[in-house]
Amino acid sequence: MATTVAAPRRRKQNLVPGDKAIVASPSAWFVWFGMAAFLILLIGILSTVVVDSFGRQWFANWLPQEWTASWYGQGWERFDLGHVITVTVLVAVVVVVVSVLIGTPAAYLLARKNFPGKKAINLLFLLPVIIPPITFGIPLATLMYSWGLGRTVLAVILVNLVPSVPFVILTMTPFIEQINPAIESAAKMCGASILKVFTKVLAPLLVPGILAAAILVLVRTVGMFELTFLVSGPQSDTLVVSIYRAMTSAGGSEARQLVSAMAVLYTGTMLVILIAALRFVNPTQLVARVRDNPDD
Amino acid sequence: MTAVTMTRAGAERSSASLKHRLAERGIDSSLLLLLPALLFSLVLFVYPFAYGLGLSFQPSGAIQQEFGGGFFANYVAFFKDPFIFDSVWLTLRLALPTALINVVGAVPVALVLRRKFRGKRLLSSILVLPITLGTVLTAQGLLIFAGRQGWLNRALMGIGLIDQPIQFVNNYLGVMLSLIISGFPFAFLLVSSYLSGIDPSLDAAGRTLGAGWWNRFRRITLPLLAPGLATTFILTFVLAFSVFPSARLVGNPNGSTRVLALMAYRSFGEQNDYTMASTIAVMMGACELVFIALVLAWRSSFYKGSTGGKG
Repeated sequence: MATTVAAPRRRKQNLVPGDKAIVASPSAWFVWFGMAAFLILLIGILSTVVVDSFGRQWFANWLPQEWTASWYGQGWERFDLGHVITVTVLVAVVVVVVSVLIGTPAAYLLARKNFPGKKAINLLFLLPVIIPPITFGIPLATLMYSWGLGRTVLAVILVNLVPSVPFVILTMTPFIEQINPAIESAAKMCGASILKVFTKVLAPLLVPGILAAAILVLVRTVGMFELTFLVSGPQSDTLVVSIYRAMTSAGGSEARQLVSAMAVLYTGTMLVILIAALRFVNPTQLVARVRDNPDD
Repeated sequence: MTAVTMTRAGAERSSASLKHRLAERGIDSSLLLLLPALLFSLVLFVYPFAYGLGLSFQPSGAIQQEFGGGFFANYVAFFKDPFIFDSVWLTLRLALPTALINVVGAVPVALVLRRKFRGKRLLSSILVLPITLGTVLTAQGLLIFAGRQGWLNRALMGIGLIDQPIQFVNNYLGVMLSLIISGFPFAFLLVSSYLSGIDPSLDAAGRTLGAGWWNRFRRITLPLLAPGLATTFILTFVLAFSVFPSARLVGNPNGSTRVLALMAYRSFGEQNDYTMASTIAVMMGACELVFIALVLAWRSSFYKGSTGGKG
């Protein structure tokens, strides 16, 4: 929080005479206030769940009276979390790799070339991202069950690919559009094959784009509830689905602290993934490595 | 690819072969790059969707008896049964304001975080953090943190702002809060990506010519950002429109947050009425697409082309 308060002051001091901030100070205050409210809500949510997961009982006080770590052990055994986390990671990795492999060439073509029917194909790839997962998830799940794939890990992977491939295409297209086509033309004129153009010219320039798309797909897949929920069963539940089932299980939901402990595990898993991902890409520079404003 | 390049050069001659003439119109071997994605989409998206559409025209006997309409009985039921149809409004009432708040809120935050200052990376990482929370932890956290006995109500009562605990959860507000927490980081990430694709020298040029911050924002940044904003709006709207777990967990699933996704799932998972479930699912998609088409039509009037980012 210290940075939040200190930042606007710093910024003002750095202003050159005649220079004005792009956001004037009243609105800057508004922004910082909104951000502070958001952060308080966020930190509150996160810390209460963590506190709850370590408390024995917690109702009408600021903090639980007794502390315990036993909910984690109980949750781990009760829901077979080792298996659940393995399934989650497996599904996420397969979905990311397959969707990037399928999506990137298509994104390249859609960004660069004009051909008859391009609009229709664009729309086809846009639809799975923009229509609600439930809309195609329910017919898809019905089919998966009739194909005999219901409640299998394969079904979970397949349904998660449906929005992921278009999502990769959608995220990558602006990245590719921002690369100057003259670079590829030069490579082609020098005799590079399309494969070489991809691996030697485009791929290095596209690394931020691929990473951004991969991270977004990874996060979406691990967090994807609806589609997974529709086709998964006890042996193929991902973490988020098994937490939901614990929260809503028939005959009274599980102890609140048990759910909290599982939710903390979920966030911990996601955090590890995200931190690993952030080592490679700066979240705010996802589209392009533009020159930083020299005046800043 | 060399062959293709050569065909382009020779394409102007009218005596060119069919292959050349096709290449001139953009049909050449590079289209094969599209094949995997296309096949995938046909098998896992188009076919199931068509199947679901077909299913929705095979209503169960009970629905046919109750609502009539033959093949269209499910659709008649959708519009005539207020229990189902009302959820369209309930969903829109939740999704539209939430998406607007997320996009409008993300722009100034992204603008502020574009500048350099100490702790910028930390702050932007914290803003992205909720992506890791997931709907379920957000729901659990909201229930505890903003519940009647939660820290939020305690703190607000402690500083004397309110006398009675405010009900933040198990209602409309709870779902909205959870949607803002999960949707805002996405909006922020997308907006700042689009923003970083705009060449800062354009802004600098405007500044050189004496434009104030508001003029520069309105005349330079906003027009270049507008297509990105439309996309961001669509994506957050989709997230909010298809809300399902949080509507059940922090909402009032039988009242103010009886959204379409819940209704569809109810038919699918609880009543095993796959044809009605498909109908609600199809109508849910149709309803959402109408709104997206409006935004896209509006977007197509924006500036298209290079934003000067890379090259």
